[in-house]
Amino acid sequence: MLTGKIAFVTGASRGIGKAIALDLASQGATVIGTATSQSGAENISAYLKEAGALGSGKCLNVTDAETINSVLAEITKEFGVPTILVNNAGITRDNLLMRMKDEEWDDIIQTNLTSVFRMSKACLRGMMKAKGGRIINIASVVGVMGNAGQTNYAAAKAGIIGFSKSLAREVGARNITVNTIAPGFIDTDMTKDLPEEQRVALTAQIPLQSLGQPEDIAKAVTFLAGDGGAYITGQTLNVNGGMYMV
Amino acid sequence: MSDIEERVKKIVVEQLGVEENQVTADASFVDDLGADSLDTVELVMALEEEFDCEIPDEEAENISTLAQATAYVEANL
Repeated sequence: MLTGKIAFVTGASRGIGKAIALDLASQGATVIGTATSQSGAENISAYLKEAGALGSGKCLNVTDAETINSVLAEITKEFGVPTILVNNAGITRDNLLMRMKDEEWDDIIQTNLTSVFRMSKACLRGMMKAKGGRIINIASVVGVMGNAGQTNYAAAKAGIIGFSKSLAREVGARNITVNTIAPGFIDTDMTKDLPEEQRVALTAQIPLQSLGQPEDIAKAVTFLAGDGGAYITGQTLNVNGGMYMV
Repeated sequence: MSDIEERVKKIVVEQLGVEENQVTADASFVDDLGADSLDTVELVMALEEEFDCEIPDEEAENISTLAQATAYVEANL
């Protein structure tokens, strides 16, 4: 279904990004996944190989504009032009606003929001030339409904949604779609540190009564990247077990 | 017409989907040839590729006719 397509997935060493990389690969895409460390990149190459998939891991810091361009040039030379971009890389630096330090705010905006701008800008040239492309940004239910202790994270994630809608309008005429997926609470390293009490309280608010799995998000990404997503742009797909209904 | 002007003209014709005789030296890409803002960005990208150069954004903004594009390429190649 995605055979011959080249997909670029940031933050692919574990969690949702890894599931996305594997699911896209299972549909035949060549997948280039990024991690912030060389060992993370090697881990990506290893699991792709084990899955019998084409592609490789690359070391990339998404806040570094120069490296983005050099890694993209490397990928293009090695595999071809990526026409599927999944901006997944993200971090948390939770704190109450009254205690939040400038670094905690800046780190989140740089890594979770500015990276989406940089990656999209870098990849658009190739997509315009290829006369088509899919940009899929991973936001969060927190960006839609808010969450105490996450003003920085929520601001960045809500920013992604506005960014995606605007870019969708800019490049729609070039057959490039831009969509956002807003995952709810997903069972990953990012959420594993939640206290048990909070996890139970959270689950009680989810109509489907459990945390989501990374694969639940991956399936939604593959849908938007494939033929099913052809006429969908500027949308936010909420994959959250019903915990927030828009 | 110089060789460079020929090459620039060919790109303009291809990118904007217009007839060759419409692309006069001073026809404005936007006002006369119907380009939108994204078309002009793509046009500059195509010029960069054809002539293997990088055109800074502030220069790109001043390129709105065949004559201007040709002059830029000639001065910077």
